[in-house]
Order: sequence, then structure tokens, then C-alpha cells
Amino acid sequence: MSPEADGRAPAPLLPELELRRLSVHYGSVAALSRVSVALPAGEITCVLGENGSGKSTLVAVLSGLRAHDEGQLLLRGEPVRFRSPRQARAAGIATVWQDLAVAPLLSIWRNFFLGAEPTRGVWPLRRLDVDRARETTVRAMARVGVPRVDPDQPASTLQAGARQSLAIARAVHFGARALLVDEPTAPLTVAQQTLLLQAIVAARKEGLAVLLVTNNPRYAHLVGDRFLLLAHGSVAGTLTRDDVDAADLMRLMAGGEEFSALTSALTALHSELGDR
Amino acid sequence: MIAEGQPTFGASSVVASDQRRLFARALDRPSLPALVGLVVVVLFFGVQAPELLTAAGVAGVLDVAASLGIGAVAVALLLVAGQFDLSVGVVAVASSLLSAILIGHAGWATWPALTASLAASLAVGVVNGVLVINTGLPSFLVTVATFLVLQGTALAGFEAVTGSTQVTGLDRATGWESAAAVFGSSAEIAGGRFQVSVLWWAAATALAGWALWRTRFGNAVFASGGARTAARELGVPVRGTTITLFCLTATAGWLIGTLALLRLESVLVTNAGLGAGIDYVVVAVIGGCLLTGGYGSAVGAAVGALVYAVARQGIALAGWDPRWFQALLGVLLLVALLANGVVRRRLKAVPRS
Repeated sequence: MSPEADGRAPAPLLPELELRRLSVHYGSVAALSRVSVALPAGEITCVLGENGSGKSTLVAVLSGLRAHDEGQLLLRGEPVRFRSPRQARAAGIATVWQDLAVAPLLSIWRNFFLGAEPTRGVWPLRRLDVDRARETTVRAMARVGVPRVDPDQPASTLQAGARQSLAIARAVHFGARALLVDEPTAPLTVAQQTLLLQAIVAARKEGLAVLLVTNNPRYAHLVGDRFLLLAHGSVAGTLTRDDVDAADLMRLMAGGEEFSALTSALTALHSELGDR
Repeated sequence: MIAEGQPTFGASSVVASDQRRLFARALDRPSLPALVGLVVVVLFFGVQAPELLTAAGVAGVLDVAASLGIGAVAVALLLVAGQFDLSVGVVAVASSLLSAILIGHAGWATWPALTASLAASLAVGVVNGVLVINTGLPSFLVTVATFLVLQGTALAGFEAVTGSTQVTGLDRATGWESAAAVFGSSAEIAGGRFQVSVLWWAAATALAGWALWRTRFGNAVFASGGARTAARELGVPVRGTTITLFCLTATAGWLIGTLALLRLESVLVTNAGLGAGIDYVVVAVIGGCLLTGGYGSAVGAAVGALVYAVARQGIALAGWDPRWFQALLGVLLLVALLANGVVRRRLKAVPRS
């Protein structure tokens, strides 16, 4: 359980986030069934599994979007029950959502701070601190490789890649303790994947607990410290980096055989894919 | 933490020439089509009916625009949040009937009666909001239902309680004078009689505009309408915002009813018709609100109310058959919808992720 040090600050004894025999039901269907997992600070935990195995539900519970029905959710050892993503964000848990959670008609800076806007003044004159929000947005976007952004433009004017950068920049800005990344469904270029991985590795370096949900075992093995395999809402296995290599991970995933067959077929056709 | 000099992905908006940017910025204002429409109707009716541009004519226009604009500004906020409210008009009628019963029949003092009818209006707003949020039904249908229930109850209830279709002598109630000064006074400026409702309208527009663009509440309104899933994922209180907005439209309805009650000093039981409720939505759409939510402005709704009022007063002053007004309003609405469609396509031109 205890994370290896390799030059990083010694991890605290308690994991940032922990699930203990946690279940979530949608009607009579169990989306998660008695799942136990710990997310230690300064480690990347990759969640792998088929579609419908409960990966997104796991993110929903950790980010406060969906309350759990049974079991416990522990934040630094304290049982918590988030009633809204606002509470989870206030606790320092930031999320890169699968759909990016970007409002196309809102300006970039409004998107950046949506749900956690900086204000000044006292109620009823409490108002948005627009200048500070604009500046912070421009700086945060520049940090993730989108310089010279006009924060007043609607987010729909951003290209798909820059919109993803917006989602990442926002999560990096607000994530004080934990970063949850539900791999975007939109197709990513290699450069965009690089950016996402860099953000994840940088968050680990800063001592955040990182959860990465992905369909791509190679990609998971590249950055992951620990791997959680989900199948039908239950934990099918927990592994550390020392236990497996990328090929093992791929085989372990449900449907992994078809996946590796597909990969070799594709690699035969497009040799550049083999390098990824 | 992430190194500079990374490959950039679509370096956001390419900085175009200043002139183009200015043009683009102007197009980004939801109220632009309404402003153009206002210029057109003022020029047209200024020629057809020159007395429209006298002080008396302007006072008449502002009087029509004020009561309409108060409702339209509130409905505009609701449209931005992706919801409808057709019950504003009937809340106006029902709340003034309730105030009249309490003052004229039950003998209440004016201010407590007005407070009670405000509370009743807010209750209607809460019911609308909770029904829409909890059932997930289209707010269009929910508020039509509220409209029917409220209209029937208010009209039948009023006659059952008072035994007549009119209550008079309201001005003898305690506190009537002070209430009339706040809601029903008027001032003569340069030969035109301007009603105090114009000030209420201006205040409502300014407050709504400020709230929409400069507060967290406004951000929540935009996000609730434009990207509800994203808003939920980011912890924006979508439910609370929606219910608050339904309370705001109900309050606007109460204000419209109260302004009319205190000015006319009596109330007549009339069938408001669904048209009164739709007018506010029409005006808000003329003012640049998208029916799909996420886009619109309070100032635009106020300008839309002015367009409406200029057209109506213009037709009356030009001596046309007043029924032409409906046809003209329909044309204005269609033009506004097409203009808004252009804006919408422009804003959503880039593929969504």
C-alpha cells in the first residue's frame, strides 16, 4: 500500500481519498458494488475497464456528482458524503470530465471559473472579480500551452484541442488535493495526449492524488503507479507498476484479447502506431 | 508546472484587424438585432405618425413598454436559463385581484395586503420551479397548467368572495396614499405624463443586467441554460437557480399587477388570455434571447419591449386598424428568430467537443 519514495516528499500515512466497500445503485442495477480502493497522495491510480464497468460512476462519486448508497468515502481518513460537486471542489478535488464540461456560449474566463467564481464586495453588492478572473485564466491557459487567449471570447470559438486544454487548466488550477481525469471521449491527437499526460505527471509531482480513467492500457502503463481493474461494477484486480507491463494490462482488461488482435492488425497497416 | 513552449493546439482566436473585432464584438451583443429593430420602427412610425415623437407620444410608449418590460426582463433571465414562463400575465391579474379582495373586502391595510399577495405570487413561482425541476417536464407545459389553474381560481374565486366583478373604493384603505406614491404616481414633464412604472422598469432592467453579467448568480443562469450537464458537473446550483428565476418572474408579475392596481384604484375581472403571457416571451425573444437557453440579455429584453410599444402606439396614432399590430408583431418575432438563428450558428460554428 505505501507508495515508493523516489525523491518525493514522504507520503502521509492516510490516503487522500479512499473508498471502503462502496456501492452505487441505479434503480436495481449496481453500477458499483462494494468497491474498495485508496488514492494515496503523489501517486497515479489508473482505472481500467470496459464500457459500463463503472469507471464513470467511480468518477461521479469521487467528484460529488453522485452520492454513494452504501459503504464509505473517506477524505484523509474522515468519512464524507458530498452532496454536490461544489463540496468536492471546495475540498480540493478537481475533475477533467469526459465531456470536458465546457459551456460553449460562455466566455472562456466564465468557463474557467464556472461554479467557483472569485468575488469581491459584500452581499448584496458581492460581484465577480472580473479582472482577476480574466488574468488568472490567461495565465493558466498559457501554462497548458495556449498562449495569447482572449478570455472574453465564447468557448465555442476555441478549437477542440484548446477546449480540452481549458478543461485541464481549470482542473489543475482548482485541484489542491486530488485530480480526477476521466479520459475525454473526443479523439485526441498525440500532442493533446502528451499535454494530458504532462498535466497528470505534474500533479503527481506536486503531491496530488491522481485518478486516471482510461481505455488505453499502454497509455495507463506509461504514467500509472497503480492499476485498478473494474469489471461489472466490482474490482477485478489491483496491481502496482512492478506487477505488470503494458501487454499484461491489455490482456487483463476484459475484452483484452480482441483489443490486442486489433492493435496488431492496426500496427501491421500503420507502422507508426507501434511507437505509441 | 507545465513547460512553456509546448505545441499549441489551435492558438485560440487569431487576432484579426481591430475593425473586424469591433464588428464581431457588436455581433456578440444579444441586444443588437433588437436595437436595429427599434431604429427601424421608430423611423417608420416617426414618419407615419409624427406625434409619436412628441413628449406625450414618448410617455405613451414608455407606459406600454414599462409594464411589458418588467415582465420581459424577468422572462429573459428565465429564457437564458433554458426555461419558459407563460404564467406572468395571470400572476399579474391574480395578485392584483388578491390585493383588491384583501383591501376592499377583508378590510386589510394596503401594505400588509400587498405583502400577502407578493407572498402568494412567490408561492406560485416556487410551485412552478419545483414542478419543472422535479418532474423534468417542459416548463412551457407546466406554466400553461399553472396559468389555467390560476386564471380559473382567481376569476371564479374573486366573484365568489366579493359577489361582483369589481371592487372600488380601495383608496380609502390605510396606507393607500403611500403605496400609490410608490406604485401609482406620475409626473408631467414637457407636456407628457410619465408614470412611475417607467422607473421600476429601468430599475428592474439595470438590476437584472448587473446580476446577469457581474454576479455568480448570473454565471449560474447562463450555464444552467447553455450547458446543463457541464453546470451540474462543476457544482453550479442549477436547481436553486431555476427556482429563484421562477420566483423572479412571479415577482415581476406581482409588480405589474400592483402597478396597475395602484394606478387605476380599482380592479376589473377580465380574462387575461394566454396572449398576455406569450407577449413577454415574444418581447424577450425580440430582445435577442435564444429559446434554447444560454444566451440573451436584460437590456435586450428592455429594448424589445420598446420595439413592441413603439409599434403598438405607432399603429394607434397612425389611425390604422389596431388588429394590424398582431400581424406586425408576428413579423417582428419571425425576423428576431431568424436573426437569433444567425447569431446561434455563428457562436456554435466550431464543432463541439
